[in-house]
Amino acid sequence: MLANRALYFRRRLTNTVFIGLSMSAALFGLVWLTFILGGLLVDGISALSPTLFTEITPPPGSKGGLANAIGGSILMSTIAVLAGTPIGIFAGTYLAEYARHGRLAFVVRFVNDILLSAPSIVIGLFIYELLVVRMGHFSGWAGAAALTVIVIPVVVRTTENMLLLVPNGLREAASALGAPQNFVIKSVTWKAARAGIITGVLLAVARISGETAPLLFTALGNSGWSWSASAMNEPMASLPAVIYSFATGPYEDQHALAWAGALLITATVLVLSIAARILENQKRT
Amino acid sequence: MLIITSGRLSQKLCKTVMFVAWTECELPPIHVFPRPSLTDISLREPAALSARVETARRAGAGDVRFRLTALAAALTVLAIFAGVITSLIIGAMPAFKAFGFGFITTEIWSPTRERFGALAPIYGTLVTSLIAMLIAVPVGIGIAIFLTDLCPRPLRRPIGIAVELLAGIPSIIYGIWGFFVFAPWFQLHVQEPVATAVADIPVLGTLFGGVTFGIGTLTAGLILSIMILPFISAVTRDVLETVPSVLKEASYGLGATSWEVMWKVCLPFCQTGVMGGAMLALGRALGETMAVTFVIGNAHKIAPSLFAPGTSISAAIANEFTEATGELYRSALIELGLLLFVITFIVLACAQFMLLRMERSKGH
Repeated sequence: MLANRALYFRRRLTNTVFIGLSMSAALFGLVWLTFILGGLLVDGISALSPTLFTEITPPPGSKGGLANAIGGSILMSTIAVLAGTPIGIFAGTYLAEYARHGRLAFVVRFVNDILLSAPSIVIGLFIYELLVVRMGHFSGWAGAAALTVIVIPVVVRTTENMLLLVPNGLREAASALGAPQNFVIKSVTWKAARAGIITGVLLAVARISGETAPLLFTALGNSGWSWSASAMNEPMASLPAVIYSFATGPYEDQHALAWAGALLITATVLVLSIAARILENQKRT
Repeated sequence: MLIITSGRLSQKLCKTVMFVAWTECELPPIHVFPRPSLTDISLREPAALSARVETARRAGAGDVRFRLTALAAALTVLAIFAGVITSLIIGAMPAFKAFGFGFITTEIWSPTRERFGALAPIYGTLVTSLIAMLIAVPVGIGIAIFLTDLCPRPLRRPIGIAVELLAGIPSIIYGIWGFFVFAPWFQLHVQEPVATAVADIPVLGTLFGGVTFGIGTLTAGLILSIMILPFISAVTRDVLETVPSVLKEASYGLGATSWEVMWKVCLPFCQTGVMGGAMLALGRALGETMAVTFVIGNAHKIAPSLFAPGTSISAAIANEFTEATGELYRSALIELGLLLFVITFIVLACAQFMLLRMERSKGH
């Protein structure tokens, strides 16, 4: 009886201790994350101003904005999404609709998941070797290509997952009506999985809007902005790369701009991920 | 097997069907072709039939095209992967020829004398990732346990969503915060007191000694751990939620405490999943560039103290690549990239196989 009580007490004690540890772990993690977001808000908001969007990045010691960096980021991201999304959707469709259990599908799936978490700086090196060396100079195109390589695996993964959620009955019903397979895919499964696929694209945009490493030696950076058609052929500024070079520099004004840029990026990413979540939830209900 | 043909089918189609049926069974086909019924449109109006055949043919051709497009897209993924490896190998060739395998085991990094060794960056990458994993894995699992079982229900969703959103925040944000906010604070309130306190203790004195800068290997490891924390929590929580509630209810029914249910039932049930998630996080930590580059200090040196500045593979590439003059310098950096890719590939491949195994075992 006494032994039982001791055992009972010990188990209760262990339970309390570890529950306490787990709770403090949660508290610990959340505190750090709040610090980061808080610091970002405080330093970022104080640096926000309308000139951010109208003026280009300044030389050291003078005031300016981030207009060319924002423009460059938007331009390169748009091209990357336009180029990467179709490839990603088709590849995801191949995995989910054509070769679900095939050996090729297994390999593609595996490689895609590796690319999904491969270090992005290596992607930058790849595009450097592939495009920058051949063209002989850094360019916006190279930056967009590096971002495309990052977009594709994200879209492939979500597209496949979303298509697999579409019930087989839908496909069978459409086939039974005599629809050829491409028709089934285009007007039945893609439509059923549309919200999910758009979610994937949004997540891909969120992912590339903060990517810095692959842009450092593909798009490099540019302290100006040219409105000519050949802008993509020249080195191009991007928000993350500007943040990196300004933050590591010695000038206070540039530090403030870096914080403002960081806040812009975080806001963009959060808005996109929240939009993606809302879209996903809408689909479920 | 007898095929009952309807009058709707043309004779040709009918023959095909019979042939297919015949090839699939031993019985010889019975050739019965009923006379066209009065309601049969296709035979009465050959034009409609040929239009239909044409539509079907076109749809079939579209099918092939569509399938090939999808296949080409899937192969593009493979081509990118192959391209990454090939271009890195080609780019690394000059450095490999010059230094051979000694590249991995030498510490010297001297652009002016064109002598390069990868030991310091490799050491930095491994040590920062190790520090990050040591902190982030237990804390991350703790958060996941908290979120699945202990958290009051109304808070569960908001905190869960917050964790997932934080997992998507770009690493440069962690880097800039670490550089401007964390490193100065860390230097003043942790490094200096600790360095003076342990100065005379043998092992700790070297590990946490020397001049304090705020930035350094330990700082990089800490920032990394904060960065991968939400990721580990999110993955572990997803995995923990796959535990069937019957299992938990049964153990609670036997009188187990929450801790015992978690530690002896839930975690063993999804062991492989949790490990796979941790490996994925390790893959991220190893390849992480921006969060590390800001705070590691960028010194090609293996210092005994964790407070001392160091470098990591990705930080070295990010810092030096655009300024690298000379083919050998650039090639050495690309070889670093190749090493990084190989290391992360191995880690990620292990993670994939673990997660795959978990999925399979769940399927049965």
